[in-house]
Amino acid sequence: MKINVNWSLCDGNGVCAAEAPKIFDLDDDDNLILLQELIGPDLLDQAERAVRVCPKRALRLDP
Amino acid sequence: MDRVGIVGASLAGLNAALELRRQGFAGHLTIIGDEPRLPYDRPPISKELLRGEWPVEQADLAFDKAALDADWRLGVRAEGLDAAERRLTLSHGVREQFDGLVIATGAAPRRLPGSALRGVHVLRTLDDMLSLRADLRETRERVAIIGGGFIGQEIAASCVKLGIETVLIEAVAPSQHVVGSRIAHVLARMHEKRGVRVRLGCAVAALEGGDRVSSVRLGDGAEIAASVVVVGVGVTPNVGWLENSGLTIDNGVVCDETCLAAPGIVAAGDVARWPNPRYGVSRRVEHWDNAVRQGIHAARRLLARPGDEAERTPYRPTPWFWSDQYGLKLQLVGTAHNADEVRIVSGSEEEERFVALYRRGDRLIGAFGLSSAGKIARYRRILEGEAFWDDVVSPMA
Repeated sequence: MKINVNWSLCDGNGVCAAEAPKIFDLDDDDNLILLQELIGPDLLDQAERAVRVCPKRALRLDP
Repeated sequence: MDRVGIVGASLAGLNAALELRRQGFAGHLTIIGDEPRLPYDRPPISKELLRGEWPVEQADLAFDKAALDADWRLGVRAEGLDAAERRLTLSHGVREQFDGLVIATGAAPRRLPGSALRGVHVLRTLDDMLSLRADLRETRERVAIIGGGFIGQEIAASCVKLGIETVLIEAVAPSQHVVGSRIAHVLARMHEKRGVRVRLGCAVAALEGGDRVSSVRLGDGAEIAASVVVVGVGVTPNVGWLENSGLTIDNGVVCDETCLAAPGIVAAGDVARWPNPRYGVSRRVEHWDNAVRQGIHAARRLLARPGDEAERTPYRPTPWFWSDQYGLKLQLVGTAHNADEVRIVSGSEEEERFVALYRRGDRLIGAFGLSSAGKIARYRRILEGEAFWDDVVSPMA
């Protein structure tokens, strides 16, 4: 699966970084950093959770 | 379980519905909502939508409607419930029985005497927003906002951006019961700096006017002229329809730790009151983040079979919310309630970028961040576990 970030919607709330810290981080200016785009089975659960709790609905998980 | 009904078609109800399907529920799913539209997101109501920056459709919550395969009853009210039979009474007296029910009817804004005057608004739904927006466009004179909670503050920030003179009237200090006195005063100064007249410690005695509101009279006799008044003094859970249902109703639908209100009935979102084992007190949580997570949790609980782990898994979230004002991001994770100490550990009020930590006893109980989302994300992870103040303050300060 692949994480798709809609950068025009992302507002840097960082909920995904708390939910899935191996996939998302924020830099010092609170901009989102995608640490890995391709999500293996071990991180799928975290990734799905992050997608669902993003307050700006900026994340998508694609096959 | 063949037939599940969800009462409430907003964020918690939708997330419960999505989770039911995700967990493999293949039966008949009915979603009942009193607003005549599909689920939409409420945070933009006081911001992008109120300011006219977004078309209304942009707030629609995105989901695969075909895959959800729900029987939508929109513009329909639930009028009553027999909890023992799980039988709902809907608008026009229609009765329907279900195997499982999710109660997610949310909350409604409190009103003040005088609310019937033209020019007096509350802000909760899209219709509320359209009515307030039209009034603001027409008058463009002074707006008075009663209540300095996050909704009142966000409306103030939006009015400032629209160039409207704004007075914010607050009984103590902005969001004081949520963020504590020290940070509440920081927030008051944030608004003042941008031209909002902030009146702290003010009780409202009356809304004055003839046909249309003309002023707000304060408890000390002072009169504040205003052509538009927005009342943001909190919400009450929508439980009126549950009187005589057999459920325990006490400032919300009273649930156990797992979000179960009665056999086959769960509750989620603003309407649900449950004892989060993290804090040991039974509370409702009115945050966006909670509506999503509790909707998901409640759906799993509803589907649990006897002996399943989901039957006894407590719902124990670390509360989190955000608010966007003046391009600044305010976030609180955990709680500030009954804090013994508040300490700013990075940044400062002057640069409008800081993190404040809340201590109770030897524990870290919460963190407030202004434009510090990355740090708040890290404190959120710390607060998920056992967070000792000394462990956190020295290395991260």
